[in-house]
Amino acid sequence: MSSESSGSSSAPSGAGPGPGLPGSAVELRGITKRFPGVVANRDIDISVARGTVHALVGENGAGKSTLMKILYGMQRPDEGTIGIDGEDVVLHSPADAIARGIGMVHQHFMLADNLTVLENTVLGAEKLHGIGAGARRKIAELSDAYQLGIRPDALVEELGVADRQRVEILKALYRGARTLILDEPTAVLVPQEVDALFDNLRELKSEGLTVVFISHKLGEVLSVADAITVIRRGTTVASVTPRETSPKQLAELMVGSELPTAETRESTVTDTPMLHVDGLRLAATDSDGVERAVLDGISFTIHKGEVLGVAGVEGNGQAELVEAIMGMSDPDGGTVTLDGRDISHAPTRVRRESGIGYIPEDRHRHGLLLEAPLWENRILGHVTEKPNTNGPLLGIPGAPRLLALGDARADSERIVAEYDVRTPGIEVTAASLSGGNQQKFIVGREMSHHPKLLIAAHPTRGVDVGAQAQIWDQIRTARREGLAVLLISADLDELIGLSDTLRVMYRGRLVADADPANVTPEELGSAMTGAATGHLEHQEETTGAAAEDIPQNASANDDTNGGVK
Amino acid sequence: MNRLKEKFGAGAVLQALAAPALALVAAFVLSSVVIAATGEDPFHAFYVMIDFGSKSDSQVWIINKAIPYYLSAAAVAIGFRMNLFNIGVDGQYRVAAFFAAVVGGAFALPGVVQIPLIILVAMAVGALWAGIAGVLKTTRGVSEVITTIMLNSIAGSLIGYFLSEDKLAVKDGNLFHTPTIPEAARFFLIPTDPDPIYGTVVIAAVIGLAYWFVLGRTRFGFDLRAVGRSESAASASGVSVRRMVVTSMLLSGAVAGLVGMPTLLNKSFNYGTDFPTGVGFTGIAIALLGRNHPIGMALAALLWGFLERTGIQLEFEGYKQEIVGVMQGIIVLCVVIAYEIVRRVVLRRQQREVGAELSARAGAGAEQDETEQKAGATA
Repeated sequence: MSSESSGSSSAPSGAGPGPGLPGSAVELRGITKRFPGVVANRDIDISVARGTVHALVGENGAGKSTLMKILYGMQRPDEGTIGIDGEDVVLHSPADAIARGIGMVHQHFMLADNLTVLENTVLGAEKLHGIGAGARRKIAELSDAYQLGIRPDALVEELGVADRQRVEILKALYRGARTLILDEPTAVLVPQEVDALFDNLRELKSEGLTVVFISHKLGEVLSVADAITVIRRGTTVASVTPRETSPKQLAELMVGSELPTAETRESTVTDTPMLHVDGLRLAATDSDGVERAVLDGISFTIHKGEVLGVAGVEGNGQAELVEAIMGMSDPDGGTVTLDGRDISHAPTRVRRESGIGYIPEDRHRHGLLLEAPLWENRILGHVTEKPNTNGPLLGIPGAPRLLALGDARADSERIVAEYDVRTPGIEVTAASLSGGNQQKFIVGREMSHHPKLLIAAHPTRGVDVGAQAQIWDQIRTARREGLAVLLISADLDELIGLSDTLRVMYRGRLVADADPANVTPEELGSAMTGAATGHLEHQEETTGAAAEDIPQNASANDDTNGGVK
Repeated sequence: MNRLKEKFGAGAVLQALAAPALALVAAFVLSSVVIAATGEDPFHAFYVMIDFGSKSDSQVWIINKAIPYYLSAAAVAIGFRMNLFNIGVDGQYRVAAFFAAVVGGAFALPGVVQIPLIILVAMAVGALWAGIAGVLKTTRGVSEVITTIMLNSIAGSLIGYFLSEDKLAVKDGNLFHTPTIPEAARFFLIPTDPDPIYGTVVIAAVIGLAYWFVLGRTRFGFDLRAVGRSESAASASGVSVRRMVVTSMLLSGAVAGLVGMPTLLNKSFNYGTDFPTGVGFTGIAIALLGRNHPIGMALAALLWGFLERTGIQLEFEGYKQEIVGVMQGIIVLCVVIAYEIVRRVVLRRQQREVGAELSARAGAGAEQDETEQKAGATA
């Protein structure tokens, strides 16, 4: 495998020549970055041609984001050179990068919710066009030129995710960016919004701007990029053009080996109900003091050996549903029955003891004590269960129950070995492990207690491909042994691949259901935006009434169904 | 694996020794600078302190002084370990000592009954006083920092109200105090020369042992520390955070209730207008200094006693009276900063070793992949 860049010699079709000199907008040569706790970038070579959309693909943890932080001046490379417009530069800070025409849209938006779009845009760039009419004029100009559809006086908190992303793009353009870095821009969007974003990107490209686009979704990359650089384990392994490659080839370049797949087709569903949720209702008071239902009339049953997948744009009640089932919030109505036992109002600990395993959405907030050693994290959530606990002090009933520190340590060693957690030992803090290894440890911990029901919220988010395949395997194996799984994921391929039944959640309600055997991500996507409800019947020709625009990558997506994330 | 573990072990030892050493040197240097800046000779000052502080009557004085300091620090540390800042130890121990003194002065039971009774009353009253803050925090969301400060003030007024002749006190010269506890109900003394050490040192030792055991070895302690490290993770793990807030405030208050016992049962035998105040605040500094560690806090309490004892002598030698306060402040700051620096250095080292381990494996893995792929290509 050559680590040499081909220099994107293939002129992309449809790319208008930029107003400046032809050639490279960005040239990275021999970039090496050693970084505590993270796999280093080694000898990265990338050449981004002006006026193109250049995709940077690689599995999570391959070093894409670090590389982009180097290009944006947030981090200094240990070795190597950065060339912008044919000139070698040293970037000390993002301000340097901005001055050289580089803009970045982060994965997590950096907007002040309580300010308007206009205010967010001029914030920190007041010197450019003032904060009044001049700024407004410039924003309108940019919005029209690139068809961003910006409403300058809207409050950011009223905007949806896709609109916020456009505001971030506007912010970068407003500061004079000629090269835009987008870090996983599609991760938070439903398929229809992705298409709109790609239209914006094509617009930017036709105006001569350069876009560097980080992703691990191959279908999307192939549909929008002019050139693709693949990064694996911190180094560039190939530079290709979309025409000369296929999703499968790309994925194999990314992973360096055979692909994992989320596909589970042999059914293990039994007719013994394990979790039954009936009419669950939870109200919350929002910031205006108005009470509204965040969960409303939620009813479903998961049987032994069944995986129920819940699709939905984040923030539509999935987190609240998990909290209600885990007992972290007390429902206002409805019942939750686990294995024939009503646990609607039982405390979290009782639920965990009676067999609920939990892989939380945010492992840092809900799954780990980051500053505690790994073996203490083994105890977390299972402090009342073997092997973490001994009998009461001196065997006196009612006396304080003791921890079994030795057994907990030994069992941590076992989890580290069995679940391939890459760590030098169990005494290191959980914080010093990489995300994938933290997640493997959590999965190992939850599975060690043989749960009846596993709640897996985004179980493979931020996890590298190897760990992802392993986690999927664990879920499949446990499901075969009769585990019921509630799977919540933003990754539609994962949902379709792993689930036996699919539900779509929208504004606190389960609005649609689908058969994972024949539903497409686009069909799910339209239900996620509330455009389709009821049972989603797969329609061969029209791909769902609500999907106005069928993306070109639909077929590519099918090819890599459950492919690489 | 073992080799790495040893390294981390060495890292832990390094952290354990480096931080106090660094703090001590820094505090020594800074104190010298401050003393020199007042135009005095710092080295003579240190000589005076060590010479006077090591005399046997000074040693006894320091130990007796350290007992309430240690108890107070333990009470604060229970809160710290669960991320609660119990600033109200001061009010808690005063109210507790007052009502314990009232109960002690009102009965004349055999010592074996009355001493535990006095101690239990003190713990119960302290727990109750702290529990108010805990309940307010869980039910109304009021910060415990605010409520405990206000409860300190209320405690002062409450005691002032009852500490008059027609209420619960007797008049003795210019002072008011509660009826004196009978001989039988006084705590024993450890006969040392020239002065005895208070027997209540045993209470401090028991509390230190219990603190270590309950927090480190029991399920309850694990839950408490989990809440302190991450409330959200603890709640997801099945700990009722609200109940834990109330429980730990009650525990902290119960220990705070003991702070007045060395004075009450070994020295004054009543609660009067001259009962020592401010020990609760000293406890905060000592808990910080001792890093919430049962032995660390004991050393810190003794150091505090040493500084106070030798400060008196410094005054006789013509040094400024405030110099000891300045030194105490410098020491706390130096310790806090030194531990933070060492913690960061150790964490970075740990991350680097994890990273090195990973990239070593990744490198090996990459080579392996490539050979596999070549094999695959030829096949």
